[in-house]
Amino acid sequence: MNITLSINGARIEVDVPPRMTLCDALRQKLQLTGTHIGCEHGVCGACTIIVNGRAVRSCLMLAVQASGATITTVEGLAHGDDLSPLQAAFRRHHALQCGFCTPGMLTTLHALLTEEPYASEERIRDVITGNLCRCTGYIPIVEAALDAREAYQRSRESAPL
Amino acid sequence: MKVTPAVNTFVGRPVERVEDLRYLRGKGQYLDDLQKEGQWCGAVLRSSVAHGRLVNIDTKAALDIPGVHAVITAADLPSVIPTIPFRRPNPTIAPYAQPVIAVDKVRYVGEPIAFVLADSAEIAEDALQFISVEIDTLDPIVDWRASENGATLLFDSTQTNIASVFEARSGDAAEAFRAAPYVRRERFSVQRHTAMPMETRGLLAEWDEATSHLTVWGAAKLPFFNRRAMAGMMGLQETAVDYLELDVGGGFGARGEFYPEDFLVAFSAKHFKRPVKWVEDRREHFLAIAHAREMEAELEIACDLDGSILGMRGTINVDIGAYVRPNGMTPVRNVTQFIAGPYRIANLAFDGRALVSNKTPAGTYRGPGRFEGCFFCERMIDLAAKDLNLDGVDMRRRNLLTQADMPYALATVSPNDGFAETACDSGDYRTTFDQCLNEFGWQEKSPLNGQCIDGLYHGIAIGNFIEGGAAGPRESAKIELERDGSVSVYVGSSGVGQGVETIMSQIAADALEISLDRIRLFHGSTSNLKEGFGSYGSRGTVMGGSAVLVAAKEFLAAFQDAAAERLRVPSDQVTVEGGVARTRDGRSVPLIEIAALELISREATYHGSKQTYTFGAAAVHVSVDPKTGRVNILDYVTVDDVGRVINPLTLHGQVVGAAVQGFGGVFSEHLQYDSSGQLLVGSLADYMIPISTDYPHIRAISLEQYPSPNNPLGAKGAGEGGIIPVGGVVVNAIASALRSFGVEPRSLPLTPPHIWQLIQETKS
Ligand code: FES
Ligand code: FES
Repeated sequence: MNITLSINGARIEVDVPPRMTLCDALRQKLQLTGTHIGCEHGVCGACTIIVNGRAVRSCLMLAVQASGATITTVEGLAHGDDLSPLQAAFRRHHALQCGFCTPGMLTTLHALLTEEPYASEERIRDVITGNLCRCTGYIPIVEAALDAREAYQRSRESAPL
Repeated sequence: MKVTPAVNTFVGRPVERVEDLRYLRGKGQYLDDLQKEGQWCGAVLRSSVAHGRLVNIDTKAALDIPGVHAVITAADLPSVIPTIPFRRPNPTIAPYAQPVIAVDKVRYVGEPIAFVLADSAEIAEDALQFISVEIDTLDPIVDWRASENGATLLFDSTQTNIASVFEARSGDAAEAFRAAPYVRRERFSVQRHTAMPMETRGLLAEWDEATSHLTVWGAAKLPFFNRRAMAGMMGLQETAVDYLELDVGGGFGARGEFYPEDFLVAFSAKHFKRPVKWVEDRREHFLAIAHAREMEAELEIACDLDGSILGMRGTINVDIGAYVRPNGMTPVRNVTQFIAGPYRIANLAFDGRALVSNKTPAGTYRGPGRFEGCFFCERMIDLAAKDLNLDGVDMRRRNLLTQADMPYALATVSPNDGFAETACDSGDYRTTFDQCLNEFGWQEKSPLNGQCIDGLYHGIAIGNFIEGGAAGPRESAKIELERDGSVSVYVGSSGVGQGVETIMSQIAADALEISLDRIRLFHGSTSNLKEGFGSYGSRGTVMGGSAVLVAAKEFLAAFQDAAAERLRVPSDQVTVEGGVARTRDGRSVPLIEIAALELISREATYHGSKQTYTFGAAAVHVSVDPKTGRVNILDYVTVDDVGRVINPLTLHGQVVGAAVQGFGGVFSEHLQYDSSGQLLVGSLADYMIPISTDYPHIRAISLEQYPSPNNPLGAKGAGEGGIIPVGGVVVNAIASALRSFGVEPRSLPLTPPHIWQLIQETKS
């Protein structure tokens, strides 16, 4: 089936089998392998992408359901050659070790902080309960997100909704 | 132009990681991200029966499915089915080796029976259900007691289900127990759980007919051993095989050992002359990754009335699952050797028995045998202190090793699998203990012990641990000057997410006295070096880093010679500093200039078989809800001494991450089997690893007061220490909290229902 969607700012048309999940389509059809698959049953959050502004598990969605959607994957987060403020905070705080959960963490937190740039530590912790990380123990991830809030607050102020 | 300081100090600084730049952008290259033109995808048909005789396998219907190319079973392999080689052979384990595919018998749910090759993973997986397998079931053995009993034997060629017994001895335990004024006996157990990295396993193999060369992508941990193993099993020269490392989504001791799938994927690639790729799914991972930790200990402690520990002895029965895997004996040997941990106990006698059962074969998981041993030992000390009416803190300090004891020989183990003798290398173990008490605020928190506040019972505990590191015998590194003046560094250590690129670059930059951005680091692939080992047993940094130092020395000597020739003076008239060679009369030539003229390449090997011992202490404050059995970790502090800190950022990450894994093992992770040998968990929804809200209060401090005398860096291992003390201290704190109930937990995991049950039992 042919679907058209916008991914990381580009309009894309792709032919997918009806039973193909969105994460498989991104990885296999579009070579966007930054989106990872850790469980394929909706628990680990590694496959999280942003669909129409919301963090979504791409392993629980069929590619055809994304027809017409606007999608951001981890590949679309950096500002050109520079890391985004959230990515840079992850690096500063050593919020990643093996990097496997990282794309899902980044997309989840990017969606959260875009909506709620003043999110509390508790709120941040709570939101990433759906993203499993086996390496870091989560503490530096929360610290990185807290540190990145300021940049989201600034961009909210400069471009009010 | 950028001026490089004469002496760099990258080592010791929180250098941000090089690898992060690609991971953060989604540009990492993990196994499943790799596709090869014309590749076939594999899926493994696994036994659904725990124990039985294979009567018949019918693959015809599967082969009829469009897109399916082949189905491999034992009948398609050479008449003698290869078995997976041991990393540390010992005299009794040979009959317990695992064939790469089930022959005649199946011995665990999940054992590979057939391997389907198809155009896509989906088709291959669909085809699995069209293979019909007939199995005559046999009685399954699902616990060590039934295994010991031997009424059913797993291996017809043997007389026993005990694959091996490791004996650890020191002094004269029998005499010490006879003479001791106080003796106590206890039984403890740890449940089966495992590493559970977020990336499942996977492999991609390609056979090049023209050059008769096999390439295997997806290496981790031990590329060189696995290459040797693969070459042997395939009847190839070692140089005809390469194991290449990609980015690795977590290892923790379980990934990267030689698994049955390594052979099945590579064999198929060679046989069909096609690239073959296989990626495990999560459910499969539960059945196929090495399990760990399942053991029960019957122990005795002998003390003087002042709390001096005179001796410890006992038997540890380890359920190792259906086969002896390459490193399956490591936890068994470790637990017998390291139970006494950081304490000066002159008389020790432990037997560690490895018993087979109809469950997934066991291997290593971070801190193998050490997490368990520390739990046993720390529990034992607290129980003894209570009996003797002593303060547990005083009793521990009295028995901790000091610098005067160094080097301190640990119990000798037989059979000798290469680690029979080992000694703690340096340190006064009271330093980390005292600092931990301080950081934790032991004095202030002590009054809380056993108190009930707002319905929650509070408890605190402290314990000590050692972490062995730097497994020998050697590691290699190569340093090569590139035309543009940059330097390529190749190391045998492998990356499993711990930041090896950054750490090794820091060491190389300091040794070569050049800036970090001039170094490119390559690691973990057999194509880089003639020989190497890898990253396991907390050895990556120490062994690989030391190899880099040795290679750097030779490289600089070669640079000195080349520069001298160019400056037309004898070599000894030239000094090298900061990447520049100078004569006494002030003439100079920088490394960059030499790079344009000649290639300098030096490969060197660091030899070292003496292990290093990181030591440390951990303290915890818990509250327990007696109505639900739920435990909260209110504060957890760990202080260790790692000899030398290379990168405080990554080190801290290792310690905190490991501690959280440890909490998972204490409270929630359990690979439970039913009586028919079926694994009862199969998803991340029912195997509960810690989530972000579980353990937010962890503090970790690392010291470098006692460098290791055993390597030029002075470094010790650091990947495992964080997990080792968790079980011991947490359970002691829970016992302290619940002392008014008289609850003394002896087995893990301490799930809320388990704790609730213990409270109910003491009430009745
Ligand atoms: S892969 Fe989608 S939630 Fe795990
Ligand atoms: S960094 Fe490895 S799983 Fe999160």
